[in-house]
Amino acid sequence: MYLRKNIATSESGFIFNPATGDSFSANPVAAEILLQLKQGTGATQIKEWLLESYEVEPLRLERDWDEFINQLKEANLLES
Amino acid sequence: MKTPDNWLTIAVTGLNAIDSPGPGIAVIRALREGLNRPVRIIGLSYETLEPGIYMHDVVDKTYQIPYPAAGTTALMNRLQYIHEKENLQLIIPNFDAELPQFIKLAQTLRSMGIATFLPAAEQFEARDKVNLYQFGQNNQLLVPRDKIIHTVAELQSCEDAFGYPLVVKGKFYDAVVAYTLEQAQKAFYKISAKWGLPIIVQEFITGTEINIAVLGDGTGRMISAIPMRKLYITDKGKAWSGITLEDESLLQLAQAFTDATKWKGGCELEIMRTAKNELYIMEINPRFPAWIYLTAAAGQNQPAALARMALGEEQPVYEGYEAGKIFVRYSWDHITDIKEFHQISGKGEL
Repeated sequence: MYLRKNIATSESGFIFNPATGDSFSANPVAAEILLQLKQGTGATQIKEWLLESYEVEPLRLERDWDEFINQLKEANLLES
Repeated sequence: MKTPDNWLTIAVTGLNAIDSPGPGIAVIRALREGLNRPVRIIGLSYETLEPGIYMHDVVDKTYQIPYPAAGTTALMNRLQYIHEKENLQLIIPNFDAELPQFIKLAQTLRSMGIATFLPAAEQFEARDKVNLYQFGQNNQLLVPRDKIIHTVAELQSCEDAFGYPLVVKGKFYDAVVAYTLEQAQKAFYKISAKWGLPIIVQEFITGTEINIAVLGDGTGRMISAIPMRKLYITDKGKAWSGITLEDESLLQLAQAFTDATKWKGGCELEIMRTAKNELYIMEINPRFPAWIYLTAAAGQNQPAALARMALGEEQPVYEGYEAGKIFVRYSWDHITDIKEFHQISGKGEL
């Protein structure tokens, strides 16, 4: 799972898709996840990092993760 | 007027910077920034309240010219008068409706020392709304199906062919999306009263609207192409804000169009990208769009490049531009004096 190559992200959580002109705002956790996806970090590693960094149950994390990834797909931000 | 040798005197039409703006002011802005030499701009206007007439920091002097309906001779006589006064080197016309006459006069203007950079009459006709579907068929480009009609009764056959909604379009301008026969009939009468016949009825394609400003050199070489998505649209469907896009498939489509037509000059491709990522050409405007300054802001100054080519100067193909460049149009109450209005109304020049 990779973020599309030309997607621009900023530390403040602003996301811009230059192919469609769409832009989005992400909260700090989502911005960090996007940054890691952009760097090529795998989903498993990112989830491990989230479990270490935040007080979250693994089951809840999986649910939130799936929802987040679906949002990225709907926004056309992931490589197909 | 005598100007120093290094000055360029360029005449530009489309000074109507109104809610559905002509491209003239944006073209002038790009020329002034992109030619790296002093430019004297001569505005050519049709109506007395075109804002550009009164914007003296943008347009140095304006002359009224006759409407296209007055014929080629009337236009030529007026241009000769203006040329005697101003020693024009280049004319950039910016209205669809005036282009056929300027194309006809291009050779004569050239013999007078006035350059233009316009498509040939055949190129102009091929992309006309009336011929667009056939143009797409001939060149393997996706274009919505359409019917060219002359009577309101023919709308019934359009309903049978396309269903609703469908798009009712004028020959030069205006388009209405109709959801019922009654709406289509109303649009037919309204548009034909304004722009005449025929009326084009087009299949409705849903998707994201994208526009591409393209500049061709007339040999098939695409000098520049900048895609833009409208971010804010007025009730007339005009972009009030837009953003440059980076998408190879859009540039390939622009190149395919340039290859097929050997387009000479500026133009605007109106594209609809469907959910399946199909790229339909909805319309091809044979001149620069009103948002053309965005090309200069993104790094490819199309009006300046056109001027260089028209004057016989070297113009390499532009490489790269900035995606994510945004324009936000604004309105401004420009103040002028009754004397100026009197002068342009009475003398036809200001």
